[in-house]
Amino acid sequence: MTLQTLIDELGLKCKCCWEKLGNEIEGGYAGDLLSDVMGNSKKGDIWVTRQVHLNIVAVASLKEHAGIVIVQGASPDKDTIEKAQKEGIPIMVSDLPEFELVGKIYHLMHHAQ
Amino acid sequence: MPNEEYLEGKYFIQGRDFVDAGIVSSEMKKYLKEKGIPEGIIRKVAVVTFEAEVNIISYAEQGTIKCYIEPDSVTIEARDIGVGIEDVELAQQEGYSTADDSIREMGFGAGMGLANIKNHSDEFEISSVPNEGTYLKSTIYLNGK
Repeated sequence: MTLQTLIDELGLKCKCCWEKLGNEIEGGYAGDLLSDVMGNSKKGDIWVTRQVHLNIVAVASLKEHAGIVIVQGASPDKDTIEKAQKEGIPIMVSDLPEFELVGKIYHLMHHAQ
Repeated sequence: MPNEEYLEGKYFIQGRDFVDAGIVSSEMKKYLKEKGIPEGIIRKVAVVTFEAEVNIISYAEQGTIKCYIEPDSVTIEARDIGVGIEDVELAQQEGYSTADDSIREMGFGAGMGLANIKNHSDEFEISSVPNEGTYLKSTIYLNGK
């Protein structure tokens, strides 16, 4: 499943790196503790978080995530977007709470026809 | 002490500079890729370096991270001048942290950093002198054993 499919299905708003929406999602990870995500997420994951500051881009870039989704209607900081654009990490936002969004993504990935 | 003959890079890190957190790890990752180090090894090095970097930024005035590529391993060595660690055994326990709120608000300081480094290393060493600084060494074997 690509990031574009996720955006279409779940009404996410993309904030940067539109050219990368063809990125394939291989798995997912949810978390707000950066060391937890650093230690346990995998390459190709879609990372769902409530964090908005620019260090999330460093983590996603080092772990080669497919992209980041920020939940609960939170807006990424301006420098977060700038860094993400530079590093080529797509950032999307959702109004849903983390639990609900993760449930929907999981369903799409594992049960969609 | 790693063999200086294999020193490949030395990076400087300024304490409290959270804006640049991850830059050293990212540069090192790029460098190791150019050197043809296998991806799985680079992924481990990235975790180790990032956590070491964040520790220096969070708790030290300044520090350096060195990288050594030996024929059968990659070694990361982090050294800082700072508050140091009172009890290095305790500091390695997952969940133990002395981070203040400003660090925690960014999602750091959960007490998982040293545990992450240890879990991604084949050899791990840490020593510290309170109010002087901390020395950390992580070795990752290229053959995965």
